[in-house]
Amino acid sequence: MNIPYTVEIRPDTGLANGKLGIWLFLASEVMLFGALFSTYIILRNGAAEWPHGELSVPLGAINTVILISSSVTMVMAWASLKMNDWAKHRLYLIATFVLAALFLVNKYFEYSDHLAKGEGPWHSTFLAIYFTLTGLHGLHIVGGMIVMAYFIGPGAKLWRANADQFANRIEYTGLYWHFVDLVWIFLFPVLYLL
Amino acid sequence: MHSDHGDVHASVRKYFMIGAALLIFTGITVAANLMHLAIPLAITVALAIAITKASMVAAVFMHLSDEKKWIYGALLLTVVFFIVLMSVPSFTNMDSIGRHEPAIGGGEHPAGH
Repeated sequence: MNIPYTVEIRPDTGLANGKLGIWLFLASEVMLFGALFSTYIILRNGAAEWPHGELSVPLGAINTVILISSSVTMVMAWASLKMNDWAKHRLYLIATFVLAALFLVNKYFEYSDHLAKGEGPWHSTFLAIYFTLTGLHGLHIVGGMIVMAYFIGPGAKLWRANADQFANRIEYTGLYWHFVDLVWIFLFPVLYLL
Repeated sequence: MHSDHGDVHASVRKYFMIGAALLIFTGITVAANLMHLAIPLAITVALAIAITKASMVAAVFMHLSDEKKWIYGALLLTVVFFIVLMSVPSFTNMDSIGRHEPAIGGGEHPAGH
């Protein structure tokens, strides 16, 4: 059975179904993270004092650089497909995957440092919201890596069968990945600097 | 959306430029933090830079500067609900509206504050 409008444009929306689908999914993600940011504001406003300098700014800044770089490699993975350069696409997609893994390695060091000192989410309101926000964000990184691993591995064969559909899938993966980057752009100053 | 090879080729330079600009803005955010600004000013500066960076990612990497109206429509609804969500902290203050006023004819202060 053929799924309609995976590549061809729907006349009523002017979009392929996947494109509208991923944007609606991202809209729901905005509400998910928005609810947690809103919770952060309530907790911070209600706290008698709020800790500063508990997190490592250099590690947070390095992770910001890693995620921004991964956004560039992700968009280049898609652009390479549009320019019919399969080798470059592979290079950029693998680079994105590696950068995502590096982000998680940094996060592992951060988490283990806190936990070794007994500073888990139970330790303070700040650490509770820190672990919740960064943990959920980390899960999104893992989700993105699973999708990328699929397109690096078994999903790559679609390129030969239907190049346009494959390019669309990489575009939707990219939209998700840029959103994950976008969330971190706010998490970094809110948690590490303010 | 850029579907044509020529357009994509022309955009490649833009992607790297935006990537570089995002890294520079990250450096500015960290530098501003080292200046130990007053909290209200620090929040304003950090969020202004974050909003600028987020706009660049959305407009260029996510191609929102050139999208279809259905996507803009979905995002407009998202923005409306997001504003409601961000207003929830203000709504919590409304619980105490009217409770700080001294009682009529007396100078009593309400309990709790």
